[in-house]
Amino acid sequence: MAIFLTKDSKVIVQGMTGSEGMKHTRRMLASGTQIVGGVNPRKAGTTVDVDGTDVPVFGTVAEAMEKTGADVTVIFVPPKFTKDAVVEAIDAEIGLAVVITEGVPVHDSAAFWAYAGAKGNKTQIIGPNCPGLISPGQSNAGIIPADITGPGKIGLVSKSGTLTYQLMYELRDLGFSSAVGIGGDPVIGTTHIDALKAFQEDPETEVIVMIGEIGGDAEERAAAFIAEHVTKPVVGYVAGFTAPEGKTMGHAGAIVSGSSGTAQAKKEALEAAGVKVGKTPSETARLARELFATVK
Amino acid sequence: MDLFEYQARDLFAKHGVPVLDGDVIENAADAAAIAERFGGRAVVKAQVKVGGRGKAGGVKLASDPADAVAKSEAILGMDIKGHTVHKVMLAQTADIKDEYYVSFLLDRTNRTFLAMASVEGGVEIEVVAEENPDALAKIPVDANEGCTPEKAAEIVAAAKFPADVADQVAEVLQQLWKVFIAEDALLVEVNPLIKSGEGKIIALDGKVSLDENADFRQPEHEALEDKAAANPLEAAAKAKGLNYVKLDGQVGIIGNGAGLVMSTLDVVAYAGENHGGVKPANFLDIGGGASAEVMANGLEIILGDADVKSVFVNVFGGITACDAVANGIVQALALLEEKGEAVTKPLVVRLDGNNAELGRKILTDANHPLVQQVDTMDGAADRAAELANAK
Repeated sequence: MAIFLTKDSKVIVQGMTGSEGMKHTRRMLASGTQIVGGVNPRKAGTTVDVDGTDVPVFGTVAEAMEKTGADVTVIFVPPKFTKDAVVEAIDAEIGLAVVITEGVPVHDSAAFWAYAGAKGNKTQIIGPNCPGLISPGQSNAGIIPADITGPGKIGLVSKSGTLTYQLMYELRDLGFSSAVGIGGDPVIGTTHIDALKAFQEDPETEVIVMIGEIGGDAEERAAAFIAEHVTKPVVGYVAGFTAPEGKTMGHAGAIVSGSSGTAQAKKEALEAAGVKVGKTPSETARLARELFATVK
Repeated sequence: MDLFEYQARDLFAKHGVPVLDGDVIENAADAAAIAERFGGRAVVKAQVKVGGRGKAGGVKLASDPADAVAKSEAILGMDIKGHTVHKVMLAQTADIKDEYYVSFLLDRTNRTFLAMASVEGGVEIEVVAEENPDALAKIPVDANEGCTPEKAAEIVAAAKFPADVADQVAEVLQQLWKVFIAEDALLVEVNPLIKSGEGKIIALDGKVSLDENADFRQPEHEALEDKAAANPLEAAAKAKGLNYVKLDGQVGIIGNGAGLVMSTLDVVAYAGENHGGVKPANFLDIGGGASAEVMANGLEIILGDADVKSVFVNVFGGITACDAVANGIVQALALLEEKGEAVTKPLVVRLDGNNAELGRKILTDANHPLVQQVDTMDGAADRAAELANAK
């Protein structure tokens, strides 16, 4: 098993014919993902040869779903067009929309998030500004490298792409059920809590690794959720202890405002919920390894 | 990006929020003509991006044009909580009968927009929120529905604005919402929103913060940047499209991915505890899929920082290929040496992930005397801190 994405997932790519979209469509296909189509109104009706696989291009998400049974879309369109692309995915009621695009204005993210809610949340959104998710050995929706590790029983949820890769690498001998990069923007779709809930319910996942960073209070709320609802062991890591107040550290949401959003507060909240928090990525990996040994 | 008060005032005026006449100056001598225009009296206000300027003596009432020059002279150059005053705004004086508070902002926790309003304005709103939370109304505003007349009325009622100003405040709220939306703001705040002697509602002071992700559709926002205040290294990095923040330590940091770079800063700071307390000198994220050129640009910025004693390049190749990173390091060093710049700072490099073997081999073959490789992030951070401390 895995969360959100399995071997049966049928994936389309919005923005497939762009350079980023094409590069990653190639990588997703190579890692075994069922890529069933791309969406580009100007190239509808054509097919694109992706390393020997003919991938059809559709005019709309709805058409792609109707013709292929697609249930996941990965969105690579530029920031200017991202809101429209997500709204189209929501209107088509596709099950999962993974928004890779970085640099989406927060008014646009807030607008498509509100729109998804008004439409009854039939589309789960991951991102924006995220690396997507991978269920190793099954499917890969986004830009997470598929060759770091294979299937296993660790579930990972993270605001950061490269820290996801780093932890997957450190724990590569154990393997992962799913790794979900939720992104570091101020407004995101799927949260730590959504992933924690899914990992708790996933019979294959035995240990959960949760990676956070400065800004907002998502980690504090995740800690409260863990205390209440998660019985599986959780290991945490928070980046940004040395970040100065008022400076945005790369991710649009990674900013300490006054006394709120500090790494220290997040670490304390997680520890109060019984989560073991590593001081560095390598210590986090070691803690996960120790917990993994106890559940075996 | 946080704006100065006078910039916020300009945006308010642009979208119809009632404000008083005002003008910003850098030379005290220019104050006389402006005060003259206002009929002699003027309020002289320091333009700094920090709260509490009134208490610090950064706001003064001038009784005539000569006094406006004197007061401007006194305030210009003043230091307010570490911010030097380079500009003052002269504003018309106001007959204040009452002070209120209104704002729109992003509510990250609930992933929506939020209106906040209070009839207890003129003081720091955090203080009101703390001491008298019932006096601060918080009403969610749907991003797609916006601040409709009904929503504005709801906010006014929730904050218990007096009946004689309710309609005016509701109107100001809708105009302020226009500023929030049209300018892609993360925060628009009026404090105080005043009732004048004539019963008019006026935005007397305001704060605006803009979303830089929206710059592509906000061409006018570039002119609002305070380029003079930017750190020269940050400005140079920005010109090259690099994501860089100057910090106050000695170990230069380059990495890929915001999370990994933040983590690298932390790990270096921990390592520094064993090496004379050295700290990271900067945040620099060269991003996913970084090319040799981006690597070279980043390295040039960091080696140009006089505070930097050693450099730690920490890359986990996901999409980024480590051979490109290694080539970037080799090319950057060659480029700097070609320019005749003496490169004397040691570089500690840790490469893992995509094409790591290839990248390591490139660095080994180049055999640059200043470059050393360490296999792990913790080990490399320790080595970089040690080298910075030894310098």
